[in-house]
Amino acid sequence: MELLAFGDTGWGDELFYATLMTIAVSITAMFIGFLFALIFTPLKLSKNKFLNFIANSYTTIIRGVPELLVIYLFFFGGTGAVMFVASIFGYNEYIEINAFITGAFAIGIISGAYSTEVFRGAIQSIDKGQFEAANVLGLNKFGKFFKIILPQTLRLAIPNLSNVWQITLKDTSLISVTGLVEIMRQSYIAAGSTRDPLFFYSFAAVLYLLLTFVSMKLINRLEVKYSRGY
Amino acid sequence: MDLELMINSFPKLLNAALITLKLLSVSLIIGLFIGLFFAILRLNKNIFINRFAYGYSYVFRGTPLLVQIFIIYFGLGQIEYLRSTVLWVILKEPYWCAIIAFALNTGAYTSEILRSAFQTIKPGIIEAGKSLGISNKIIFYKIQIPIAIRQSLPAYGNEIILMMKGTSLASTVTIMDLTGVAKYIISTTFKPIEVFIVAGGIYLFMTFIIHNVIKFLEKKYSFN
Repeated sequence: MELLAFGDTGWGDELFYATLMTIAVSITAMFIGFLFALIFTPLKLSKNKFLNFIANSYTTIIRGVPELLVIYLFFFGGTGAVMFVASIFGYNEYIEINAFITGAFAIGIISGAYSTEVFRGAIQSIDKGQFEAANVLGLNKFGKFFKIILPQTLRLAIPNLSNVWQITLKDTSLISVTGLVEIMRQSYIAAGSTRDPLFFYSFAAVLYLLLTFVSMKLINRLEVKYSRGY
Repeated sequence: MDLELMINSFPKLLNAALITLKLLSVSLIIGLFIGLFFAILRLNKNIFINRFAYGYSYVFRGTPLLVQIFIIYFGLGQIEYLRSTVLWVILKEPYWCAIIAFALNTGAYTSEILRSAFQTIKPGIIEAGKSLGISNKIIFYKIQIPIAIRQSLPAYGNEIILMMKGTSLASTVTIMDLTGVAKYIISTTFKPIEVFIVAGGIYLFMTFIIHNVIKFLEKKYSFN
């Protein structure tokens, strides 16, 4: 137990902050994923073949290529890409991007591909009559989307989004390869300096289980909230 | 775009893809047996056996695969007793550690897929078997298992693709699989985009093949 003590003697406080980091990266990545889904879901549902093709390429490539490879692409390629953009504006110094941003962005793109599929499925399974009824009521585009379609989409999407959240949460462990100090990285450091990998990696597993367990409980509440009236 | 690098790295990456496929197929085969075993335990009415099987799948589905590999590769070697047993021959090899982790992981997901498939079999089918005087054992092997396999094909196809992506984690324990070699080439040439296109293309091709094989099997064994 003294290995987990808070303060200078144990790894308790370090692991606590690492857990907060994992939560922060996961939420940021999930949010970035929603932004991607917001762009690509309409493209998927669009009648334009070209827009369809773009959205399908995004979801197919991201879901067919290992997460680790995507992370390496961002880790090694991110700095180059940002420096290239900066050089267009005449800035030629070395720019180092924060591991948090690279990681959250890489995981966010992956999470976005899954979210896109979830939203597409949810919108498609809404009865046509709902769209027609909204038209008949004379609602404008925004009213139709925010008052009629979105609430129903959320109800259908939440169970699947909770899966996406679980995937995203677990994927953040891969960012440890880029040096961001989240649960996995901190356990690696602690295991290295105490020569007790079995304990620290098992403890990391417990932390992840705790995170998935608590988030499931919270999501279940949301599910109840959004299925009022059914 | 460095086309020459892409062409030069293609054979190396293709060779590494063979290791990825080997890791994938071995862990899938072992995982299928583990999954079937735990799915049967989940259907057991004994609450302890049931809980045990549920706990197994909960733990392996609730933690990242990376943690599981690290516990098996770095963690188990720490137990003095294990080092003196025959198991050590297997556990000191990163290759087998990765396969054990993958098999246990895919086994957990497979057990859930098979369990739900068993539960969706209509009781009438089993009753029909019983009224024909077929023994319980034959009903299980000749009726329940084939139907369950057909039911679980689409979900299992997804699991195969997820597992294929999961094998990329073998590169974190020094195995030079497709991702491992890709990372090596990226870190020596600093050309991430080119290497990503080639390695990603090979992964996508494998995904495409798996997807179509499963689709074909689904059609072949469809009920109509």
